[in-house]
Amino acid sequence: MRRAPRVLGVAALLAVATALALDTTQMPDPALQARYIALTHELRCMQCQNESLADSPVDLAADLRREVREQLLAGKTDAQVREWMAARYGDFILFRPRYSWRNAWLWGAPPILLLVGAFVAWRTVRQRTMLLAADDAPLDEDGRA
Amino acid sequence: MNRFLIPLGVFVLLAAVLAIGIEHSPDKGLIASPLLGKPAPAFALPNLTNPAQLVRSADLKGHWYLLNVWGTWCGECRAEHEALLQVRRAGTVPLIGLDWKDDDSQARTWLTQLGNPYESVAVDASGREAIEWGVYGAPETFLVNPQGIVVYKHIGAFTQETWTKEILPRVSMAAASGS
Repeated sequence: MRRAPRVLGVAALLAVATALALDTTQMPDPALQARYIALTHELRCMQCQNESLADSPVDLAADLRREVREQLLAGKTDAQVREWMAARYGDFILFRPRYSWRNAWLWGAPPILLLVGAFVAWRTVRQRTMLLAADDAPLDEDGRA
Repeated sequence: MNRFLIPLGVFVLLAAVLAIGIEHSPDKGLIASPLLGKPAPAFALPNLTNPAQLVRSADLKGHWYLLNVWGTWCGECRAEHEALLQVRRAGTVPLIGLDWKDDDSQARTWLTQLGNPYESVAVDASGREAIEWGVYGAPETFLVNPQGIVVYKHIGAFTQETWTKEILPRVSMAAASGS
């Protein structure tokens, strides 16, 4: 029991150490720095696949971060950097899918499903209110609705 | 009857969509290369065995070649080495090596000790050339046709089967149709 806090302390130190060591890139001005951070967080590390370039310790991620830095310094726009990455690694490298005919269903499906759901809900509610209205109708002489 | 037909239809549709998703999942290993059907990146890089010379993509135009991305730090590259030597012995398609972020002298030692399957080896010390090819792990092997178009990419260790099932048919089919 007495050990637990020490283990936790070491774990916390290690976590801080890796977080600090991973990407120490400093861009010359805050606006570029913000764009650099945003871009490296929305590009996938192709080797580890579920990590972003910013979070990944592997060599390839460092090389790709270098590309992002150099291209931003050369005055390229965020869109140009994304385009450059996708031309080499495919759309898979973009954590945020692009609009395209191939993934149109990805963008189209949610509103369509919402409309279908709304229609079903509307029909159900209408049927129920009709049933309730029938219930409320005065009974005829035989006691039937 | 209709009550069950609609949910069943929805279920079948959903199952089909998910099955396609699983089938194409990148976790199954292969991420389709956007390079397929496109011109291979142009390069001019130092030659590993003769650093005064350059290995140039322009010199490779006009015939088929295989570009094999490797490094001495890569375990799978050792596993595929025998298969690469067999490609060299067959002599049908020349192998060009791309030594990715490696130590040059270690790479030369590797080739002396294990045998050299490559016609020439280009040195990519910075890793920039590998990025141009969309490489995300070694070994990877690209088949480039005489027009300089990438026609096939193999991810992982190259095997005898890769050679007979993927490379040879493509090369000989093109030869038969006269291109």
